[in-house]
Amino acid sequence: MAIQKESSIGRTLFDKIWDRHVVIPETAEAPAVLYVDLHLVHEVTSPQAFDVLRQRGLDVRRPDRTLATVDHSIPTAVASWKNGLVDMDVAARNQVRKLATNCGRTGIRLYGVNNSRRGIVHVIGPELGATRPGMTIVCGDSHTTTHGAFGALAFGIGTTEVAHVLATQCLLQRKPKTLAVRVDGHLQEGVTAKDLVLAIIGQIGVGGGTGHVIEFRGSAVRQLSMDARMTVCNMAIEAGARAGMVAPDDVTFEYLSGRAMAPSGPDWDRAVEDWRSLTSDPGADFDACVRIDASALEPQVTWGTDPGMVAAVTDRVPASGASLRALDYMGFSAGEPLQGRPVDVVFVGSCTNSRLSDLRQAASVLAGRRVAKGVRMLVVPGSQETKRLAEAEGLDKIFAEAGAEWHESGCSLCIAMNGDRAKAGQTVVSTSNRNFEGRQGSGARTLLASPLTAAASAITGALADPRPLLDRPRRIA
Amino acid sequence: MEAIDVIRSRTVVMPDANVDTDQIIPARFLTTTSRDGLGQHLFADHRFDPDGGLRSDFVLNRPEAEGCQVLIAGDNFGCGSSREHAPWALLDFGVRVVISTAIADIFRSNALRNGLLAIVVEADAHRRLLEAPGADISVDLRAGTVSMPGGGATRFEIEGFARHCLLEGIDPLGYLLSKDAEIRAYEGSHPWTR
Repeated sequence: MAIQKESSIGRTLFDKIWDRHVVIPETAEAPAVLYVDLHLVHEVTSPQAFDVLRQRGLDVRRPDRTLATVDHSIPTAVASWKNGLVDMDVAARNQVRKLATNCGRTGIRLYGVNNSRRGIVHVIGPELGATRPGMTIVCGDSHTTTHGAFGALAFGIGTTEVAHVLATQCLLQRKPKTLAVRVDGHLQEGVTAKDLVLAIIGQIGVGGGTGHVIEFRGSAVRQLSMDARMTVCNMAIEAGARAGMVAPDDVTFEYLSGRAMAPSGPDWDRAVEDWRSLTSDPGADFDACVRIDASALEPQVTWGTDPGMVAAVTDRVPASGASLRALDYMGFSAGEPLQGRPVDVVFVGSCTNSRLSDLRQAASVLAGRRVAKGVRMLVVPGSQETKRLAEAEGLDKIFAEAGAEWHESGCSLCIAMNGDRAKAGQTVVSTSNRNFEGRQGSGARTLLASPLTAAASAITGALADPRPLLDRPRRIA
Repeated sequence: MEAIDVIRSRTVVMPDANVDTDQIIPARFLTTTSRDGLGQHLFADHRFDPDGGLRSDFVLNRPEAEGCQVLIAGDNFGCGSSREHAPWALLDFGVRVVISTAIADIFRSNALRNGLLAIVVEADAHRRLLEAPGADISVDLRAGTVSMPGGGATRFEIEGFARHCLLEGIDPLGYLLSKDAEIRAYEGSHPWTR
């Protein structure tokens, strides 16, 4: 890992946002009191926090700065919804009901079970325009780093801190360090933001970002769409980083323009003028720096049980030095080729890769082809709005004709606590973010990959390089 | 929260690096709305067979692990999900201290907020702890020391405010609530917060 200190004067993007939100500066004795602009809440990590407020007789300080939705434990299977969710786990149902009660009592806006803008919390925040440059955003969910794609400081917190924010709109925080990840060159055909971030994690390691906020910079990052930037920032936590960020630019502003919660009219112009100042100054001082050449990257896939155990899809499992425990769990041998590994389940979805452009990528490979016999493929849009947009383009028909399942939105098989689950011993090619043991079901084996690679593997019935399948003119992405 | 000063216990050793919070408590147990009773699910997929039988070879299931309050863990312990259920499960199981060479940010923060000492020591001291499972050690929060198996002690740092709260049994929410005037003043002078 090529870390070196970039010296000179100037403030980073992170410094600028941090400084704006300091209510009380940190001292040797106490951390900073940091103001939170947007607090996102979901059913799994909030009930105990609301209990704390109730026990202490406290109100939610700023319900107007808090948004809630249900995503983790909500079933996504169409049959489940047709049956009125009767098959939903009793405890999960209780949790969802409790969130509705808590939000009703405190005046927090809830995108609940039957709300047409419901979805994965890290998909709907940006989609609604609630996520904007320069904000501090927190949520009781580690993938809150996603929102950093807009030039916000966004990070995951635990339930005790969810209570802190509900009660005070503030957090006690020590200022983290900064890590610049500079990506030069440009991604080749068939190589996506997912491959880029997997390669970055492979390079710096799953603990390489601990204590740091990452700013993703460089020409390759500037070329990425907002969906792609969200994919990259989403997985900053998988390198152990506190947050991931990309400085806002015209791509950001174009995405936000006209969104329900984005400013409009003269307010919009003023906002954009301010947002343009949210870049790291030339020569700003980062605590560490890593460089990556995007042009040299191939599609990536994980072979082990953490996201840092990754290789090019054309490559092999490491011949030596790999964790024996990981190889044993995954059923891989040292030095075995990755391509050709038989696949049981393919999952396109999660807060990493469930946005419209991700679905288009998967559809571009699937169009006119069939999912291989014996393979179950789930395509799970990140939100109900994404689902509608995909259906308006006919993507759902492409998935159906290919033999893939088209679901309602939710976290689904990424977290396997909602009815979608893989069986022990099954191999899943998944566009989600974690290949931890048991993450997609006890004993299930996860290979993390891009939507292109996932779709190519579904057709092939085995882990496959998507690039040979992209040579048709009907490619959509 | 109960004040913590010195914890004396035998150690239990789990040397694997990058133990994630999905291992500590799998997601299927997160449908609870309580923070109590999660110890039964701690390391569920490691402690139990698919049919629910105890796996006698897993370190926490061995008789010598009974009553151990100090877990000597591998590097980057607690990575992954922000679930506070992970420290809740460890505490409910009886673990009061986790010692490693690196601890993931969110897990460490969650642990300290709940009175679970998540401590980082130097690699050499860590290796000596790994090599002496079952050692009787003491962790002195006030002095910032861990006694070493076979004599001597190693130092550890804990963020000053968290240390103060742990030593005095103070809840940081009370501190934040006491800053209401400053938070109001901040909101008053920053138009976007209105």
